[in-house]
Amino acid sequence: MFDFLDSGQYDLLGAFWVTAKLTFFSAIGSLIWGTALVTMRVSPVPMMRAFGTVYVNVVRNTPLTVVIVACLMCLNQTLLVSLGGKGSEDIGFRLAILGLVAYTGTFVCEALRSGINTVPPGQAEAARALGLSFFQVLTLVVLPQAFRSAVTPLANVLIALTKNTTVAAAISAAEAASLMKKMIEFEADALFAVFAVFAFGFMVLTLPTGLLLGWAAKRLAVKR
Amino acid sequence: MTSFLYDTPGPRAKRRNVVYTIVFLAVLGLVAWWVLSAMADKNQLAAEKWTPFVTDSRVWTTYLLPGLTETLKAAALSILIALPLGALLGIGRLSDHRWVRVSTGALVEFFRAIPVLLLMIFANQIYRQFTTVSSDFRPLYAVVTGLVLYNASVIAEVVRAGVLSLPRGQGDAAEALGMRKSQTMLYVLLPQAVTVMLPALVSQLVVIVKDTALGGAMLGFAELLTEGRNITANYGANTIAALTVIALIFIAINFALTSCAGWLEKRLRQGKKSAAVALPAQAGPTDAETKSVSSA
Repeated sequence: MFDFLDSGQYDLLGAFWVTAKLTFFSAIGSLIWGTALVTMRVSPVPMMRAFGTVYVNVVRNTPLTVVIVACLMCLNQTLLVSLGGKGSEDIGFRLAILGLVAYTGTFVCEALRSGINTVPPGQAEAARALGLSFFQVLTLVVLPQAFRSAVTPLANVLIALTKNTTVAAAISAAEAASLMKKMIEFEADALFAVFAVFAFGFMVLTLPTGLLLGWAAKRLAVKR
Repeated sequence: MTSFLYDTPGPRAKRRNVVYTIVFLAVLGLVAWWVLSAMADKNQLAAEKWTPFVTDSRVWTTYLLPGLTETLKAAALSILIALPLGALLGIGRLSDHRWVRVSTGALVEFFRAIPVLLLMIFANQIYRQFTTVSSDFRPLYAVVTGLVLYNASVIAEVVRAGVLSLPRGQGDAAEALGMRKSQTMLYVLLPQAVTVMLPALVSQLVVIVKDTALGGAMLGFAELLTEGRNITANYGANTIAALTVIALIFIAINFALTSCAGWLEKRLRQGKKSAAVALPAQAGPTDAETKSVSSA
């Protein structure tokens, strides 16, 4: 039943490796972009606040599929942006990261904003009383505490991101979902086995993340 | 909201803020200029690429509205099937019988851990091999099946969190009145939990609407995004214009739903009619963060 695993015809590990790489790079990118967005959303400059709010509300309500397909059809095929990638799989991979970062950044921003809300106002007020500037208050006092209490929502965002990397299959990145689509058509009699293998692969990726970060959330939570 | 992060701007800070605003606008302007000039370069700003959406009603009647209908049809079917199924699974997770609790728990965790796209692809192939569903309807069936399996398990968690958020006294009182377990659930706990869960359920609808687009990109389901390709094919490669209009339609629908969820949450929080606090409405990336909700 699981013959297709030995046939050497399909690069299962390779596909999941691409999924893992997509997750890794998008996670780092969206953490940075999300932090930048939340900085804008709480900043004293009204223009930046407005931009942050509009960006988050617009992008969060757009389907990820539309974001990623737009990356390919608008950026690559129309405006000929390829981000230095060569070949459709590589370009798809890079554009998918761009789309995932643009999309996931909004959820990181919202998670961090809820984290900032858990920091008692007295913390920021004390920092201001010491004469720290807004940027110092944010980076030295508020964000470190906000990150620690936002571990659980951030973990949920990371798990959702891992699952969302499958959308990259829509722009021919060679990750797990596109391999599964191919295999399920060629190995029609092993349909359930193929599904089981891919389901197992994703559970291996997502369940430990949840457990590990759940443990980290308890360890890191600021005791008040 | 978080104004405790900075002092009320005095004259110097005000001047500095003006400088920041100008610099920020300049950066935004540069990006916009780059995008617009690239678009102009590739002839994407030409009027004939954008005007059909305003002047030609056929774009709407032949492509956009049928696509939107399919999107909404899939979303409506999914939520209608997922709601009762999710309620059943959620109640199953609260059962007094260990084997019911464990088996529904495993089911829920399994479907939550797998990308909804895998479920759709799998369902599509199942319908192809084992049923006689015609190939016209197969994508719709596959999309709805995938969305139902995934969202039912998310809703199960919402239901569980909703019921658990009620004060213990509610169940105890029902028991003291001599109600059976099913009666307690049906007449006492669920009705109160539903009002608590409403915001979370509405924002789950946003997730469903967004995920229907997956079926368009991967299974050839003729929804809004797929129609975009048809528009570009028929109206002179107006890719950017078509995708912009489609994104705007999605954003309008989802923004309305998100606002509705936020309004419900606020209303529930103010009117203390229900015994419990409202579960927060979250349009998670593709999942409601029910884990954190249950501990909140």
